[in-house]
Amino acid sequence: MAYLDHAATTPMLPEAAAAMTAQFAATGNASSLHAAGRRARRTVEEAREALAEALGARPSEVVFTAGGTEADNLAVKGLYWARRDADPARTRVLAGPVEHHAVLDAVHWLGEHEGADVEYLPVDRYGRVHPEDLREAIARNPDDVALATVMWANNEIGTVMPVRELAAVAREFGVPLHSDAVQAVGQLDVRFGDSGLAAMAVSGHKIGGPYGIGALLLGRDQTPVPVLHGGGQERHVRSGTLDVPAIAAFAVAAVIAAERRERFAAEIGALRDELVAAVLRAVPDAVLGGDPDDRLPANAHFSFPGCEGDSLLLLLDAQGIECSTGSACTAGVAQPSHVLLATGTDPQLARGTLRFSLGHTSTKEDVAAVAAAIGPAVERARTAGLS
Amino acid sequence: MTENLPRAPRPLRVLAAMSGGVDSAVAAARAVEAGHDVTGVHLALSANPQSFRTGARGCCTIEDSRDARRAADVIGIPFYVWDLAERFREDVVEDFISEYEAGRTPNPCLRCNEKIKFAALLDKALALGFDAVCTGHYATVVLNEDGSRELHRASDMAKDQSYVLGVLDEKQLAHALFPLGDTLTTKEEIRAEAEERGLAVAKKPDSHDICFIADGDTQGFLASRLGKAEGDIVDGATGEKVGTHDGAFGFTIGQRKGLRIGHPAPDGKPRYVLDISPVNNTVTVGPVEALDVSALTAIRPRWCGSTAAAPGTYTAQLRAHGGETEVFAEVVDGELRVRFTEPVRGVAPGQAIVLYDGTRVVGSATIATTTRAAAASV
Repeated sequence: MAYLDHAATTPMLPEAAAAMTAQFAATGNASSLHAAGRRARRTVEEAREALAEALGARPSEVVFTAGGTEADNLAVKGLYWARRDADPARTRVLAGPVEHHAVLDAVHWLGEHEGADVEYLPVDRYGRVHPEDLREAIARNPDDVALATVMWANNEIGTVMPVRELAAVAREFGVPLHSDAVQAVGQLDVRFGDSGLAAMAVSGHKIGGPYGIGALLLGRDQTPVPVLHGGGQERHVRSGTLDVPAIAAFAVAAVIAAERRERFAAEIGALRDELVAAVLRAVPDAVLGGDPDDRLPANAHFSFPGCEGDSLLLLLDAQGIECSTGSACTAGVAQPSHVLLATGTDPQLARGTLRFSLGHTSTKEDVAAVAAAIGPAVERARTAGLS
Repeated sequence: MTENLPRAPRPLRVLAAMSGGVDSAVAAARAVEAGHDVTGVHLALSANPQSFRTGARGCCTIEDSRDARRAADVIGIPFYVWDLAERFREDVVEDFISEYEAGRTPNPCLRCNEKIKFAALLDKALALGFDAVCTGHYATVVLNEDGSRELHRASDMAKDQSYVLGVLDEKQLAHALFPLGDTLTTKEEIRAEAEERGLAVAKKPDSHDICFIADGDTQGFLASRLGKAEGDIVDGATGEKVGTHDGAFGFTIGQRKGLRIGHPAPDGKPRYVLDISPVNNTVTVGPVEALDVSALTAIRPRWCGSTAAAPGTYTAQLRAHGGETEVFAEVVDGELRVRFTEPVRGVAPGQAIVLYDGTRVVGSATIATTTRAAAASV
C-alpha cells in the first residue's frame, strides 16, 4: 500500500495516541470545581499552552473547536456578525476563490442568508491572492468591509499565499483577516502571533492528532458572535464541554509537528520533488498544478490531459496506491475543481486531476510505486476517455 | 451449461453496477464469492440529484448512491460513482420525450440497458481493463460448446427480466454477468441472503417507476417538457369530436382512464385510445375490440445470436411483465414483420417486441406500425 493522501488525513502519531488513551481512563469535566474537574482543567490548560507555543500564539488566543471546519465557520460567520452588529454598513466579505469549502460555503451562506455582499478576490494562475488586489478591493470602500479571508496554503494545488503581506494590508484598514491554515501547519512556518491575522483555523487530524478536534486562533481583540451557544466555555465564543483526551493528543501532535517541521519540510520536499520528476518522466504532457516553487512541500498536484480523474483513481487504487482527485464531490460525482477553474484551467483538463500528498509515513517505495504505475494508468484512462 | 456467474479458477475483473438496491448488492457479493476481482460502481444518472426523487426507490438519488456505497463497503470492494448523467439525458431521457412527442410509447429501461449499462458503462469498463459488467438482472446466460452465448429467461419466470435485456447483442452478452438469474430464488430468499451478508439494503423496497420521473407522474413530466397543446379527441368510427385534451403526447394506445370524455358512447361501452396523431394533435378513441392487432412491423432489430432470426414461429413478449403470445416472424428489408396467431390487444408503437424460441431470447425490435384486426380499425 502506498498511502499518498495525507492532506485528507494523516496517520496518528504514536505519541498523540498514547496521550489520548491515557486521558480516556480519567474522569473530569474541565468546567467542574472538584478535584476531577481541576485535573481535567489542568490537562486542557497545559495542552492550550503547548499548542499556543507550537503555533506562536498566546494561550488565551486558542479557542478549541471540533475541527477545522468549525473553526472556519466560527471565524467567518462570527466575525461577520460581530462587525456588522457594530456597524450595519459592513456587509462586504472578501474571499479567495480557491478557499476550502469550509470557508467558501460559509461565505456563500452569508451571502444567501445574511445579506453579505461577497466579493471573490482575483488570483493568478497558481491560485495566489496578491496583496495589491486585496488593497484595491478594500480601498474601494474600507468602511463597508466586514472581513477578508484567505487560506495560508491551498489544500488542492499546494500554492502558498503571502499571508503576512495580506494581513498587513488588512490591518492598515482595520479589517480582520481570517486564514485557514489547516494544510500549512507542520509544513510551513506558521506563527499566529506575528502573522497579523485576526483569526486562523487549525485541525488535529491533519498533523497526526485525532479527528474531531481543531482550534481557532483568535486575536484577543476579536469577539466573534458565537455559532454555538451554551455553557460559555472558551471565552464565551465556543460553548460545549471540552474534549479532554482529544485536546491533550492534539497538543502533543502540534508540538511534535513544530519541533520536526524544518527537517520534515526539507525531507518531504525532496521526496515530493522525486515524485513530481517521476510522474513528468512517465507522462510528459502532465501539468503540475500550483506554484512550482512556493508550494506546500508535501503536495504534488497534476492534471492529465484526456483522462478522467476518477478513472485514474480506480486504476491506481487497484495497484494499492491511495491518492485523491483533490476536488470535492457532489453526491459522489466528481466535479471539476473550483480551485482549478479559478486559476483559469481548461475545464476539460480540470477533469483529469490527481493530488498526491505525502506525510510522515511516506517512503521512497511509495514514490517508486507511483513512478511504475502512473504511465500505464494514464494510458489506460485515456482509452476510456472522458465520458 | 449456464454461464451467469463463472467460477474461479478463471477469475475475472468484474465491474458490478450497483443501483443501491438489494438485487445488485447480492449480485456483487456473489461475484466476489465466486472468486472474482470485483469493483462496485454506482451510476449517477441525474444531472441534479437533489431535484429527483427523495424516496428510496429508483436509481437516481443521493440516498441510493449511499446505499450502494454501504453495500460495497460491507462486501469489501472498491466503490466509485460514475457520472453518466449527460449520456443518460441524451440517450434515454431525451429519447423518451421525443418518442412520446411522436405519439409512441417508449420503454426507457430497455433503452438504458442498451445505451448506458451495456454500452457506455461496459465500454468504459473494458477500456479500464475490466472483463465484464455484473448486474442484478434476472436472466440466464447459456454457454454453448462452440463458445457462443445465449440469453434465456430466468429460472424463476415470475422474476424474469430477459425482456429488458432483449436489446443486448452477442458481444454485450459476452461481457455480462447476471449472478441472480440462474438460481431459483424468490425475492424473499434474496432479501434473506442480503440480511445474512449484513447488507442494510435487505429491506429496501423494490423500484418500479421510471427512475428519472421523481413523482411517478409521467403526464406531468411530459407536459413540463413539451408544454400543453390542446387538441381534439375523435371517435374512430364516426369521426365525431367527443372531447379535448392537453396534448396528444400524453396518451398511450389502449389507455382508458383520464380521457375526460363528457358523454358516453351511444352503445354505453367504455372507449379506449386507438390512435395518437401528433401531426394534427388528435387522439382517436373507440371500443375495446378495435384495439385488437393482428400484425405489426418493428424497426431497429437487434439479435442475441450472431445471425438474424430465420422466418418461423416464435413466442413474443410485448411489454415488461407481459405474457407470451405465438407469432410468425420474418425479417424483410431489415425490418421485422410479425403476424399474431391470435389477435392481441393494446400494442403501442415505440414499445419493444422481444422474440423467444422456448426460453431463449432471439432478439428484439421497436414496434413501428400495427395492423388492426377489426373492421373498425383506424
